Amino acid sequence: MNYETNTVLFEALKHERSWTLEGYRSFGGYEAWERILRDKTPREKIIDEVKASGLRGRGGAAFPTGVKWSFMPRTSPLQKYAVCNSDESEPGTCHDRDILRYNPHSVIEGMAIGGYAMTATVGYNYIRGEFMAEPIPRFQAALDEAYAAGLLGKNILGSGVDFDLHMFVGAGAYICGEETALLESLEGKPGKPRFKPPFPANFGLYGKPTTINNTQSFASVPTILRKGAAWFAGLGPPNSGGTIIFSVSGHVEKPMNIELPMGIPFKDLLAICGGVWKGRKLKAVIPGGSSVPVVPGDIMMAANMDYDSVKKAGSSVGTGAVIVMDETTCMVRTLERLARFYYSESCGQCTPCREGTGWLDRMLKRIIAGQGRSEDLGLLLDVANRIEGHTICALGDAAAWPVQSFLKHYKHEFQYMIEHKGRSIVEGQPAAAA
Amino acid sequence: MSGQSATGQSGGALLSDHVREEIDRWVAKFPPDRKRSAVISALHAVQHENHGFLTAPLMDAVAEYLELPPIQVYEIATFYSMFATKPVGRHHISVCTNISCMLRGSDEIVARCEKKLGIKTGESTPDGRVYLKREEECLAACNNAPMMMVDHVYYENLTPDSVDKILDELK
Repeated sequence: MNYETNTVLFEALKHERSWTLEGYRSFGGYEAWERILRDKTPREKIIDEVKASGLRGRGGAAFPTGVKWSFMPRTSPLQKYAVCNSDESEPGTCHDRDILRYNPHSVIEGMAIGGYAMTATVGYNYIRGEFMAEPIPRFQAALDEAYAAGLLGKNILGSGVDFDLHMFVGAGAYICGEETALLESLEGKPGKPRFKPPFPANFGLYGKPTTINNTQSFASVPTILRKGAAWFAGLGPPNSGGTIIFSVSGHVEKPMNIELPMGIPFKDLLAICGGVWKGRKLKAVIPGGSSVPVVPGDIMMAANMDYDSVKKAGSSVGTGAVIVMDETTCMVRTLERLARFYYSESCGQCTPCREGTGWLDRMLKRIIAGQGRSEDLGLLLDVANRIEGHTICALGDAAAWPVQSFLKHYKHEFQYMIEHKGRSIVEGQPAAAA
Repeated sequence: MSGQSATGQSGGALLSDHVREEIDRWVAKFPPDRKRSAVISALHAVQHENHGFLTAPLMDAVAEYLELPPIQVYEIATFYSMFATKPVGRHHISVCTNISCMLRGSDEIVARCEKKLGIKTGESTPDGRVYLKREEECLAACNNAPMMMVDHVYYENLTPDSVDKILDELK
């Protein structure tokens, strides 16, 4: 079990003051951008290279980044925008925070390259407001350095290429991680997702062609162009190119952010994180952030951490946030916490989500309070099914999937609690953790 | 300074010079006809200067300065969780209780904060020193759970005892 770790985004962690321009240059920073400016690399060539790398959107949806870039109407005379989604707030996910703190220039370089490839001359990086103390000043300082070095702005290094990049600071709203809600927020409005189509590539920020990529996706691009698409693709199995940062949290001995090739066995990832804490047994894993279905531990132990294998296990790689739960975890209380989250973060625009998430939350609270009724399990599922697929954005699905998957795998825990008037099946065990 | 700013906005007499400069700096990042994009940053600046909360006259001043209908400012102040529209304590504490923190004992952290401060989440101490925010959602520090944010600074790998120490140091 020997894996090369931290080779692309967290390469930065191996270098002194990696967040400065000087530090970033010590591991190849801005070589790709300067070469493009010098050679006037054809835009199609860059997009083809990103396509060939197999890079897929690391924000959760896993849409191929190069394909997304190709949707931009490059010959349109309209102002076009490249937007980075650093509104990291999917529960369990904490790697973009570290990219912004330790490798902010990779985001800037990736956005500049993306902007060039898509003929977008203005970019915004939307960073969540709670990152005010550390990641935000780091990113702004990197931006200032890049401008001072002539790597951004007008007629960059005499190439005739323009790219202006700005930082935007959010103010606390999970929904703004949804790309069209993020655009609304950038326009100074409440973050309420838009109907699609039209897609942002045609009607995005201020109604202009716009492409939104996740922090990790943009930050991967410079290394892909420097080391080649084949190198990156070869790091992972077919259909899951490259490395990904796993945010491993919950009941492991050593929770961590670690960048690994896609496709490593889950059991190896667990071992790298020191195994399940306190010598306990593995119960369940949410392998890609709170919005993806929960998977029983034994199924995960046989799965690999790539898009196809996790899908086969019944879930999704999502954001790469791996939430580990040990045998003492009460699945009813855990689901109640997740349901409360979606209820609190629903933007309120679509009735099924606004009303349904509250309904789910109240029913689960009732079960925990010992007032559950036998028909509640059917009703929970019924409400979840009526949210799923019936809303403008994926928050509705994200609220439904945990309910469906928890009930699929752990129905007996819900039944037990209803029958025992709020007593959890894990109670009485020596160290109930949740 | 008069009501006229570098970028041509007028009004907003309640806003300090510093806040006006800050808003102007943000307005400059957007196309000239898109001043509304600066409203979130304007509210951050105003709230910061007003010890952590917004008032209706301050929101109206922002609306006037950015030439927006006041409702477009109110809806931002009430939609986004970082803004407070009622008087609250000087120091803002947000304890994350989402799944990764919950699995590592955030309930104990909340309980310790409530006990030590003598208030419930959503309340401020009577002396106006501390505001314990309503339950906070994931703050993206999951592998150092449990965690809390105090005035934008993250405190990670918390124990009830380390919480005591952090709270004691708030003046």
